[in-house]
Amino acid sequence: MKIIVCIKQVPDPNTTVSKIDPNTKRLVRTGVSLVLDPGDESTISAAIKLRDTLGGSEVIALSMGPESAQDGMRRALAMGADRAILITDPTLAGSDALATARVLASAIQKEGADLVFCSTESTDGYTGMVPGAIAEFLGLPQLTFAREIQVEGQKAIIKRVVPTGYKTIESSLPAVVTIASGSFEAIYPTMKGIMGAKKKPFTRLTVAELGLEATQVGEAGARERVLAVGQAEARAAGQIVKDDGSAAQRIADFLQRYQLL
Amino acid sequence: MSNIIWVLVELENGQPVRSTLEVLGKAAKLGRAEAIVLGAGAAAIAPTLGAYGAEKVYAHDDATYDNYLTLPAVETLSTLINEHQPRLLLLATTYDLRDIAARLMVRNNLGLITDATDLAFEGEEIRVTVPWGGENVVTATHPYQGPGIVLTRPKAFSIEQFEGRTPEIETLNGGFSAEAQAIKVIDSVEVASEGPALEDASVIVSGGRGLGKAENYHLVEELAAALGGAPGATRAIVDAGWLPYSYQIGQTGKTVKPTLYVAAGISGAIQHLAGMKGAKYIVAINKDENAPIFSVADLGIVGDALTILPQLTAEVKRRKA
Ligand SMILES: Cc1cc2nc3c(=O)[nH]c(=O)nc-3n(C[C@H](O)[C@H](O)[C@H](O)COP(=O)(O)OP(=O)(O)OC[C@H]3O[C@@H](n4cnc5c(N)ncnc54)[C@H](O)[C@@H]3O)c2cc1C
Ligand SMILES: Cc1cc2nc3c(=O)[nH]c(=O)nc-3n(C[C@H](O)[C@H](O)[C@H](O)COP(=O)(O)OP(=O)(O)OC[C@H]3O[C@@H](n4cnc5c(N)ncnc54)[C@H](O)[C@@H]3O)c2cc1C
Repeated sequence: MKIIVCIKQVPDPNTTVSKIDPNTKRLVRTGVSLVLDPGDESTISAAIKLRDTLGGSEVIALSMGPESAQDGMRRALAMGADRAILITDPTLAGSDALATARVLASAIQKEGADLVFCSTESTDGYTGMVPGAIAEFLGLPQLTFAREIQVEGQKAIIKRVVPTGYKTIESSLPAVVTIASGSFEAIYPTMKGIMGAKKKPFTRLTVAELGLEATQVGEAGARERVLAVGQAEARAAGQIVKDDGSAAQRIADFLQRYQLL
Repeated sequence: MSNIIWVLVELENGQPVRSTLEVLGKAAKLGRAEAIVLGAGAAAIAPTLGAYGAEKVYAHDDATYDNYLTLPAVETLSTLINEHQPRLLLLATTYDLRDIAARLMVRNNLGLITDATDLAFEGEEIRVTVPWGGENVVTATHPYQGPGIVLTRPKAFSIEQFEGRTPEIETLNGGFSAEAQAIKVIDSVEVASEGPALEDASVIVSGGRGLGKAENYHLVEELAAALGGAPGATRAIVDAGWLPYSYQIGQTGKTVKPTLYVAAGISGAIQHLAGMKGAKYIVAINKDENAPIFSVADLGIVGDALTILPQLTAEVKRRKA
């Protein structure tokens, strides 16, 4: 079984307050610390676990991004992915969700896969549109919000998180699966894994090598436009007090003042 | 260009879900709202949608959609979009509608803007307000001719009433391709939760990892019960298995907009804030005076949630008595 996992580097959600460049109107990704998307760490771990259960299978990490994205891919390799493909090209800057999916789908088409794994949504852009769009480009069914996945013969079966519980759903392979964030514990790379990662195959692809035109991707291909960037309305500063034993009274007074009791 | 705005009305147990009615009301204020209803019972529901703003309803009464909405809905909508060229498809951000939007974006080559909190026409141009991160808000648009999609942030709008509005109804017929039925639902499991649903609760008391262990979560439930509200949680403690996913509030959980939100032992990560900072009043209890949750709190208590929660529950009961 060939499992392709789509992953990307994002500004570290634990240390960065996301900023927008007023000129390009894009998220600032330079001068901030970048990490493999924590959601994707969970997703790649799900793929590795499935590969090890199935046997005779391979996990390929796929990313579209600037050269710095290779750090995230190295981490995926250290976690246990077998090889990595990075699509990197200056024309890709400013891609929208549609273009991102177009590029990733072209690479998946070229490589061939039985299963494509994505996270339900990324931590930085979080449109959640890329996985479904990849499925549509490839004409495949999409099994979304999986918190468990099983493969039986030529079928994939998932437990899909829904607002009231979960549903068990199945489709034929190949299929695109999205992993609900946090459903799988992230594998922590070992020293041996980190050393081994350096020897694993790492391929780079350009837009032209995928047979795509520069006008179909990046800023040029984007079907949305940011007109203006403004400041979010800040919440009025509240009152912060240290508990001196009267916290319960204080909160109750507050609730009463605003007729919440 | 037309000012026709389409809203896909999602059904649950044969009834329209609240989030899609909220979006329908917004559409009716912006232009000519037209609703699409797909699933068993669609024909019966169609006329009732006038009261929520629909001037026209496309109804396809077919149980195929109830099994698995995404693929059959994409097929139907894609054909309708080509035929009628609405100005905009306005969708609530729900599990299924998100999946549907992603495929339609590709199939019909549509521009798509997600996470909108507001939108308006300025002349011919549609202007969409989208918060980006904690600090910024951007105005975006679809610069091209033809339909576009906007997905709206949960709870951005409230339900509107349009008394006496009777929609024109167009009944859809026809079957589905084999591809549209590629996904089978094998079974469906409901995880029961007690008290008011989080989405509807006017008071929510939430707990995080600061509670120390699962056995302490009852302190949150007891305060929620005393206040007549619902208990919620951060992803950290849902992932740790203390509670089912249905309790999770935040970017990848539920978006809530209660009058009062009490956060106990919650750090206030941006992904958690995304789901709750629309609350009218926020009270936070955290041991760490630098916890980011305090930046959104109207009242912040630097202290131990394990001692304060039971004291507060007792105090609330005393004052209510
Ligand atoms: C704040 C913000 C708002 C945005 N709003 C919009 C918008 O409204 N409409 C729009 O079209 N674009 C929007 N974008 C741009 C969009 O984020 C980018 O196009 C991005 O490349 C892909 O979308 P995503 O991060 O939202 O992915 P999502 O669809 O949220 O990602 C889900 C999963 O898809 C896979 N994936 C996504 N991107 C990649 C990649 N580059 N390489 C490998 N795998 C990947 C990963 O598994 C990821 O976890 C926005 C960007 C930002 C920063
Ligand atoms: C893609 C993605 C999506 C996410 N989606 C969500 C989401 O939907 N919802 C969500 O909640 N999170 C989400 N997260 C996770 C989020 O980043 C945080 O990790 C999570 O919210 C932290 O939960 P917490 O506040 O319970 O735990 P922690 O961050 O560990 O905070 C615990 C807090 O408790 C305080 N504390 C400790 N002891 C006490 C005590 N005795 N009394 C009072 N306070 C005490 C500590 O000072 C600390 O501030 C997401 C993350 C990612 C990457």
